[in-house]
Amino acid sequence: MTTNVESVAPPRTSVGVLGWLRKNLFSTWYNSLLTLFAGWVIYSVVSQLLAWTFTAAKWQVIAANLRLFMVGPYPPDQVWRPWLVLAMTAVLLGMSAGVWGGTLRTFALWLAATFATLLVIALIVEGWERQLAIFSGKGNWWQAIPAATWLLLNLLLVIVGYFGTRGRKAWGRTVILAWLVSFALTIVLLQGFQKNDLVPEVSTSRWGGLLLTFMLAAVSIVVSFPLGVLLALGRRSQMPAIKWFCVLYIEVVRGVPLVTILYMTQIMLPLFLPGEFRLDNVLRAIAGMTFFTAAYMAENVRGGLQAIPTGQAEAAHALGLNDFLVTLLIVLPQALRLVIPTTVGLFISLFKDTTLATIVALLELLGVGRSVLAQPEFLGLQTEVYVFVAAIFFVFSYAMSYASYQIENALGVGKR
Amino acid sequence: MESRHTAVPFWRDVRVLTVFSQIGFVLVLAVAANFFYSNLSTAMRQRGLVAGFDFLQRQAGFEIGEALIPYKPTDVYGTAFIVGLLNTLSVSVLGIFFATILGVLTGVARLSTNWLINRIAAAYIEIIRNTPLLVQLVFIYFGVFVKFPPVRESINLGDTFFANQRGVFVPKPMPAHTFPAWVLFIGIALVIALPLGRALLIRTRRVGLAWSAPIILFVAITVFAWFFVGTPPITFDLPVPGRFNFSGGLALSPEFSALLTGLVIYTAAFIAEVVRGGIQAVRKGQVEAARALGLGELQILQLVIFPQAMRVIIPPLTSQYLNLAKNSSLAIAIGYPDLFNVGATIANQTGQPVPVIALIMATYLALSLLTSLVMNIYNARVQVLEK
Repeated sequence: MTTNVESVAPPRTSVGVLGWLRKNLFSTWYNSLLTLFAGWVIYSVVSQLLAWTFTAAKWQVIAANLRLFMVGPYPPDQVWRPWLVLAMTAVLLGMSAGVWGGTLRTFALWLAATFATLLVIALIVEGWERQLAIFSGKGNWWQAIPAATWLLLNLLLVIVGYFGTRGRKAWGRTVILAWLVSFALTIVLLQGFQKNDLVPEVSTSRWGGLLLTFMLAAVSIVVSFPLGVLLALGRRSQMPAIKWFCVLYIEVVRGVPLVTILYMTQIMLPLFLPGEFRLDNVLRAIAGMTFFTAAYMAENVRGGLQAIPTGQAEAAHALGLNDFLVTLLIVLPQALRLVIPTTVGLFISLFKDTTLATIVALLELLGVGRSVLAQPEFLGLQTEVYVFVAAIFFVFSYAMSYASYQIENALGVGKR
Repeated sequence: MESRHTAVPFWRDVRVLTVFSQIGFVLVLAVAANFFYSNLSTAMRQRGLVAGFDFLQRQAGFEIGEALIPYKPTDVYGTAFIVGLLNTLSVSVLGIFFATILGVLTGVARLSTNWLINRIAAAYIEIIRNTPLLVQLVFIYFGVFVKFPPVRESINLGDTFFANQRGVFVPKPMPAHTFPAWVLFIGIALVIALPLGRALLIRTRRVGLAWSAPIILFVAITVFAWFFVGTPPITFDLPVPGRFNFSGGLALSPEFSALLTGLVIYTAAFIAEVVRGGIQAVRKGQVEAARALGLGELQILQLVIFPQAMRVIIPPLTSQYLNLAKNSSLAIAIGYPDLFNVGATIANQTGQPVPVIALIMATYLALSLLTSLVMNIYNARVQVLEK
């Protein structure tokens, strides 16, 4: 008797929706119980959350203070400058997406979608148009550009940037250079010049909101990078005086909380510097964050340096390069490539740590939230304000950790 | 040729260069230090500040909301500082304890084959890790604990636990005179149970037995001793709602409760990732090989996965513990009198920020070094066991 070995369809309980449910949710009796329990928890939490978000929550507190949340006490008639910085970022992100594609394209798409959504809201909902109008100041035409126009411009810039450079790998260097230039330009533009009518000086003490949060994190990470590299090289140095100085610095800074360092730079930096040399409290906070981050950066870089096989340095020595050139041309380029993902991780934690600047009375995102809550008409709206602040941090941190994960995969760092 | 080879001019001799560059570095440091020091002494003279730690002997004159040792405003600054230090220690130790439990549970849940449990754990981890701790803390304090109902309408859990605007009220354990005798019995039980478990594990390799037998023995001795010593060794003083406040029980202030909750929730998310990474770092082949050798699931967990995962977990876990202790300094944002908060008050009052900040930093540094030391000893043991 021959058995019929024609392919028989798998049992209905192991494929399709039912199979998936069975395998992932109801595989054993205790798993079924867990699933039911978890389902009940999710249902009760989500339903309450939705009910609160759409009925109970008073989001007017956010809408009425949106400009404060974004730029803090930055002069309203100068808000076109942060808008211009955003436009610059938009076109650069579009161009980067065009050149490299991948995750950057996803980001550019999200950014464009965000601009488009805000634009539609601004155009359709009259109340929102009024809310967005608080972004445009009075005065000359460029000071009074309505928010909707800025949003449209940004949307177009992302698209133009993307299609302008799509598939042109050769533009890579130019775009990287443009990012660096734009960073310097951002600071100059936001800061302005004394006795200049077009871009009057806006001292850093008037920076605030999300703008300040970003500037604190970005400036600190950029300045701490070279410091961190030097400290890491110093820690690996053969010379005891240099080595022990670096070890001491790194370990002391890593052993104390950031808030003590911020407090120290707030109070003690003015004592350490000559009397005529004054730093406002934003610059002092940046100094504190830079000192702090440099120590962590040094440990990251040291990890990268240790991952480079000694054969690389030996081969370079054999070719006649001296110590300095071996480090500069052979070891560092390879090591720094390895530490890109951890540096992104460091940036994320620094980005979140900028909230500590509220403790030394800076008006960054959380500080603005607290000052808004101090206004009599918004008393008791802590939940709305803090949820909004947390949501902004979440969006950016999550996006960055996603990017870090993608870079890690692309570089194959985790695979070694 | 030989002589030309040795005649390296001294300015290109590596040994000479090394010495000179170090001397140069130290000189630069000395000049910088001198510059900062002279600025500091000028500034301090101008502002009438004096150096030194004499202020620690002076009367503090400020209230501290909660203190583990007796403290009153007439005590000296030194005592106030110690009160702050003890508060930091208590919230850190409790925080580490609870964060470890919650973190391990979440980490295991994150690896669960149950899709829903897995997703809940992932959502918890991602939301907590991607928002700042300080935002979470102010949210928990101002958004939750401060908004608890007034005393009359306290949240009541079985007449045992209460929560209201004034804080969280829990039963307070009160040791009776028989307590030392009971502790002695527990000690004896431990001395018997621990070696028994180890011996059973080595002799029989049956994990279930090696865990259950000593635990049953331990519980049996403890329960027996409870009744044997006569009066119950611990009684619980329950909080009793009064007209305006609670009497009895252990009152945890809203600040303390919020800080502890925030630190535990935040750190547990990071510990969960550490635990997950550690378990996933054990190669699949190890488990498959163990299964092929006929080991049961419990045996695989105890004898194969656990020892190897611990090796990976301990170092990052240590740094999470250190982070928790350092993060407790955010207490200042919600008004819990920890080391940094009390220190900042002292610095303000005495007008001597320099020695106070130095003292605060040195204390945190000592705490960090102590924690790393303890964890390094444990780590060394785990590593030796592994080999």
